[in-house]
This record gives sequence, C-alpha cells and structure tokens, in this order.
Amino acid sequence: MSANYAIEMLNITKRFPGIIANDNITLRLKHGEIHALLGENGAGKSTLMSVLFGLYKPEEGKILMDGKEVRIDDPNDANRLGIGMVHQHFKLVECFSVLDNIILGVEPNKMGFLQKEQAREKVVALSEKYGLHVDPDAMIEDITVGMQQRTEILKMLYRENNILIFDEPTAVLTPQEIDELMHIMRNLTQEGKSILFITHKLNEIMAVADTCSVLRKGKYIGTVDVAGTTKEELSRMMVGRDVDFIVHKDEAKPTDVVLSVEKLSVSSKGHSKKAVNNVSFKVRAGEIVCIAGIDGNGQTELVYGLTGLLPVKDGAVIMDGKDITQLAIRKRNVGGLSHIPEDRHKYGLVMDYSLEDNLILQRYFEPRFVNNFGFMRRKNIRNYANDLIEQYDVRSGQGAVTPARSMSGGNQQKAIIAREIDKDPQLLIAVQPTRGLDVGAIEYIHSQIVAQRDKNKAVLLVSLELDEVMALSDRILVMYEGEIVGELDPKTTTVEELGLYMAGAKREAREV
Amino acid sequence: MILLLQYTIIFAAVLLLVALGGAFAEHSGVINIGLEGIMVIGALGGALAMSKINIEYGGFVIVVSTIVASAAAGLIFSLFLAVAAINFKADQTITGTAMNMLATAGSTVAVKAMNTAASGGSDVSSAIRYINQKQFFIHRFGDFEFSWFMLVAVIALVVAYIVMYKTRFGLRLRACGEHPQAADSVGINVYKMRYAGVLISGVLGGLGGITFITTGVSEWKFENGVVGFGFLALAVMIFGAWDPLRIAGAAVIFGLFRALGNVHTGIPLLEHLGIPGAVYNMLPYIVSLLVLAFTSKRSRAPKAEGIPYDKGLR
Repeated sequence: MSANYAIEMLNITKRFPGIIANDNITLRLKHGEIHALLGENGAGKSTLMSVLFGLYKPEEGKILMDGKEVRIDDPNDANRLGIGMVHQHFKLVECFSVLDNIILGVEPNKMGFLQKEQAREKVVALSEKYGLHVDPDAMIEDITVGMQQRTEILKMLYRENNILIFDEPTAVLTPQEIDELMHIMRNLTQEGKSILFITHKLNEIMAVADTCSVLRKGKYIGTVDVAGTTKEELSRMMVGRDVDFIVHKDEAKPTDVVLSVEKLSVSSKGHSKKAVNNVSFKVRAGEIVCIAGIDGNGQTELVYGLTGLLPVKDGAVIMDGKDITQLAIRKRNVGGLSHIPEDRHKYGLVMDYSLEDNLILQRYFEPRFVNNFGFMRRKNIRNYANDLIEQYDVRSGQGAVTPARSMSGGNQQKAIIAREIDKDPQLLIAVQPTRGLDVGAIEYIHSQIVAQRDKNKAVLLVSLELDEVMALSDRILVMYEGEIVGELDPKTTTVEELGLYMAGAKREAREV
Repeated sequence: MILLLQYTIIFAAVLLLVALGGAFAEHSGVINIGLEGIMVIGALGGALAMSKINIEYGGFVIVVSTIVASAAAGLIFSLFLAVAAINFKADQTITGTAMNMLATAGSTVAVKAMNTAASGGSDVSSAIRYINQKQFFIHRFGDFEFSWFMLVAVIALVVAYIVMYKTRFGLRLRACGEHPQAADSVGINVYKMRYAGVLISGVLGGLGGITFITTGVSEWKFENGVVGFGFLALAVMIFGAWDPLRIAGAAVIFGLFRALGNVHTGIPLLEHLGIPGAVYNMLPYIVSLLVLAFTSKRSRAPKAEGIPYDKGLR
C-alpha cells in the first residue's frame, strides 16, 4: 500500500438488522486533498463516516492510516489519530464561551484547575492563521451560525487534527458564508490538512473538491476526478439514472388574488418580540410565490400566523376576499387552505396512527367517514385511503393500516401531500416540502406543486434551499429578521443577489 | 435580634447545602426531586452516629463521625437515583418522588423498631435523642450560638464555586447538563459525570439533613421527614439560577423567612401585629410559591436536565 493516502478505508461492510448500510466500500483520502463523499439520504455516507469516527464497528474491512492498519473503537481513538469532525448539528454548548467549547475535553489544567490563558493564545493564533475571525470570549448563543461552524473548525485545529470531516456543512449557511467556508477549506488543505466533505450538493463539489466518491444504496459506485467530470455525470452516479435539474413549467398566468396579507405581525411562542413584523404581500391564483431566507428569520411564524397555529398580533389575513385572521383552524382548512408543514412529524402526521387515519385527519367529521352516532365508517375510510394511496403512489409495508412512524420520510411526505391536495384547496402553503428527501421524491413533489399552480391555484412556498427557490418560484420574497426586504424575479436575479438580501446586506423599499 | 440572625444563618446553611447539591445534580443533567428523601436519610445517618457513639470519645470524634455518617448516608441513598436515572433511564421525577416516600417511611419504621427493641416495648416513638451530643456542635460567642455546620456550609459554598467554574471537572459537568452529545463527542463520559453530579448532591443533601434536624431541637421525630425543606431548597436553587453565589443569596432570604417563624415572638414589633404563629411558619413556603411563579418563566435551567442520556441517539 502506498503511503500517499492519509486514510484508506478498505472493503468496509456494515450491516444493520435487515439492511446492509455499507456493502464492501472502499474510500481513499489523499494527503492535502478535499475529497467529497456524495450520495442521497440513506446511501450510507453517515454510516461510513461513523465507522471512521469509531461510532460503529464494521463487520468486515479495515482502516489504514498512512499505510498502517489502525483500530478505531470509539471517538477518543479517532481523536488520538487526528481525525476530527464538524457534525451536521453542531456539538456546541450554547451557554459556554467559544473558548470553553474549544477546550472542552482537552482542557489545559494544573491539578484539575483550568489554565485558560495559554489556550486563549493558541486559539487566537489559530484563528488568525486560518482567517477565521472568531472572538474566543463570545457566547455561542450570541454568534451567527457561520461563526459557530468556525468554532467547530477551531475545535479540530486546536486538537491538531489532520483529517477533517465536514458533514453537510453548507446546509445552514448563506451563499456568501458558503463561499467563505470554501475559502477556509482550501486554506486548510494548503496547510497540509486532508478533508472529507459529505454532501449531496453538486455545485459545491464542482467548486471545491479535488476528488469525489459516490455511494448509492449502501454500495460503492466509484471515485472520479472532479476536474474531469460534470454535474450530470455525478448526478447519474448518485441516482442511477438521468436526472432533470430543471423543473419543467410554463410561464405563470396569475389571475385573481387569493391570499392577501396586510401589515401582519406575529410573535413567536413565549416571547413578546415580533418574529414577523408588519409584513404585507399578495399571492394570486396560478402563481408560485416563494419566501426565501435563512432559517429563523420569521418564516415559521409567518406560516403559523397564516394557518392559525399562532395568534396574529396585528394586521389581517384575507383569503378569497374573506378575513380569516381570527378564524379557527378547522374553518380555514375547510375553507380552502392546505398546509404542508415544515415539521411533518409534529404538525403533519400523528406518528402512531395508521396511514388511513392520517389521511382523514382533516375530514373525519364528514358524514361519509362518520355516522350519526359518532362511530367511524371504517369501510369508507379504507376505500378512500386506498384511492389516495394508489393515486399518489404512497408506498408502505402494510398499505392503509401501516403506522405512519414506520414509513420512510419520502412516503410520509407523499401521504401529507395526498391529503392536502385532495382537499382541492384554493391556496397551498408548502413549507420546506422536500427537506431530507431523495432526488426521486423531490422531483415528484416539485411536479405536484407545479401541477397545483397550473390548475389555477395559489401556491405559497417557503424554502431554505436556494436551488429549489430558483427552480420553482414565479416570484421571490426575501425575509430577513421578520420583514420582507426584497421582491425578486427568479428569471432576472442571481443566487448571489438573493444571498445579499438574505444576509440583510441589501434591501429595497417596496409597496404592495 | 441576635437570635434572628442566628436562626437565619443556620437555616440558610441548610438550604445552601441542599440547594448546592441540587445544582450539582442538575448541572450534570439529572433533576434531583429526591433531595427531601436524601436529607431524611442523611439526618438518620448523622443522628444514629451521634446517639450511638460513646460520648466519652469526646467532641472531635463525635462531630467528625456525625458529619461523615450523614454525608455517607446521603451518598448511598442518592445511588438510587443514579442507578435508576442513569443506568436504567427511568423518569427522574417519579424516581425522586419514590425516594422521598421511601426515606420518610423507611426511617420511621427503622427508628421505631430500634426504639422498641432497646426499650423492651415501652418506647415505640420514631424519635432519636441527642441532647448531650449536640453540645459538641455549638460554640457560644456571647448570645450567639455558633454551629460547626455554619462553617461546613460556607466551606461547601467556596468549594462548590471553585469546582463549578474553575476546574476541568466543573466545565465537563456543566457541559453534560447542557449538551451531553457535545460532551460525548469530545470524549467525556457522560454517564460518569452524571454519577458524580448525583453523588455530590447526595453528600450535600445528607449534610443538609443533619444540619436541619439539629437546628433547634434535641431530638427528632423521623415521621416528620424534614417537613419540605428539600423542596424549599429546590426553590432556592431555581431562585438562585443554579449559580452557587446566587444560591447563597437566595438561601439567606429564605432562611430569614424561616427564622421569623421561630423567633417572631421575641421581636416586639412583630409580636404587636398579633398575626398567628402559623402564618410565620407558612411564610417560606408561600414565598417560594410566589418566587417560582414569577421567576420560573425566565429561569435558565440546564438544557438537558431530566432527559436520560442515550449514547445511541445522536
């Protein structure tokens, strides 16, 4: 074996009951390269990284470091070998300072007493060397997500890790922050660090990676040189067939105003601060209006205000010319509002109910599902559920009686979409409808949303994925700190311009 | 007035010890509702040591062995919570409640059995007497009765502050209560840290228990448990925002209210008001209700407290 490789994972096989998560996978990471690991959700990327990080023990295969075999039984072994990881969900203690988070676990001490001064000097030096601009005394809860991520990077650097794993690092960042991260990653490799970059975003691989290994359904598909490949090639490897990146849709033909939001303000739960501040906009039939923005800028509260999950503090919501601001949720649902919620486990489904009961959650009270004495008409429910299951291709282990909990994320989402679209709503509010789904399911859901628009319905889409925003919307509204700071046309704007609005660096005066 | 000061300090010492114990458990991520029960068992251990050790060994032996016995008894009893909550991932509130019931009932039965056996059936009370031994804990400075337990509480406060904020152990402990996954990812054994937190609360709770039953009386009836002082200490801990120094402040305030119940007859102004004594006795409990009602909304408890840590769930 050549010692050119920092890490070699050879013929790794990891089985879980009933499933082979990693089937004979080989991954070779060269010194000083950025190696992307590409695959859909459930392709086995996380399992493979967990094996490398000592969280899982593989049944077969071995790991070599600089050509020598090593044992990694737990994360401490990984740390000792200089392997560090930025987890998708940051492992930071919010009420600790940046410095405390960095030294946690490897605290410099005398007889157990902390010696923070020398640690601070080291952190400041590292921060300067790699251009991270992190204040060691700031509290984690007070700094931006991008800054938190850089704290995680500093954690690895402080431990003098040489192999850095980034697990889906760009999901929470603005386009500008992503550029900055890419820049930092290149700096790191110049200093001799080797990087494993887990992602499903092809643009980022093309931009920053040297090599890319692709996994599909637990199997190793291949490793390619990024310079000699294309996005199409990579996506074919990832999905196993050609993928349409472009959502096919015709020019929008908006007609009457369906939803009119007037000077709406909403407070988030338990706070008096306005999470949505004086927001006005309109959505017409036959168009998809998209609310773009970084997570936590009031999108969630805006949707809660529209759907009735949170009380409205000020302003009005008008649907089809009727003021629904104070209307009960049931009346909104029956009156033509459909909602595909952000958190499908919390607001979309009753996880321990069967699929059929979930499908009638909003219409169980209709005479065809319940008789005059309050008993459910199970037969009608079953027939109705089977119709929807067939029509929307919802797949599950036992059909209509499958517990929602045991279904895959994509099929749970399909079930929600079946229920919401079958109501034939005037207005469809879809919040992050493709989160955590694989490419096939995403294509399907996008086509359903476009189909609603083409049936002359109004669609309000809230998404954090810029690609989705650009592909689906007919108009884009950017939300920043609870306000709408810009209205953009997806045909004339760029992702970069969108990013400036999302980060609050740009805003326009608008009138509705 | 000196009497008021003296009682305030001694009750504050009780609340301080127990609330610090609660803070250690909660900073590690375990809610310790069982502090009341731990106090009872600690009191039992201390009282037994006091009454059983031959008085001729002298003051030093008795003071030290009483302190050690109560701390050890509290520590052993807190193992209940540690094993149930950490190893078996049981519901911490229910475990704590069970401990509280078990402690009072168990110690009542045990003391009654001991008294019955020792007296040949003429004494079936649940009381342990220690009137002579108690003298060793007290030094008089004029009218002020200084108790060694006051010193124990002050030492506990200083040590707790240093351990919590200045040591590696404290940093790791707090990380386990806020974000155990983060602690685990940097190689900290969350289970061990939580054991440490709970056992420390056992030691401090036990010390609080013996301090409490020796505050004024020369015997203690175990069927009374510790009359809710464990819960009062939890209120002190919350009011003190889980921070040793603020807990000390809160303990003094609550201690003052409790002391008024003991000495209000000696203060002319309060005596003239003609308010029944029961009202003064109720004061600390009413105050804790009010305080919690108004402060709990913005209180910042350790984020992961009460949630059993499961390595498998990441």
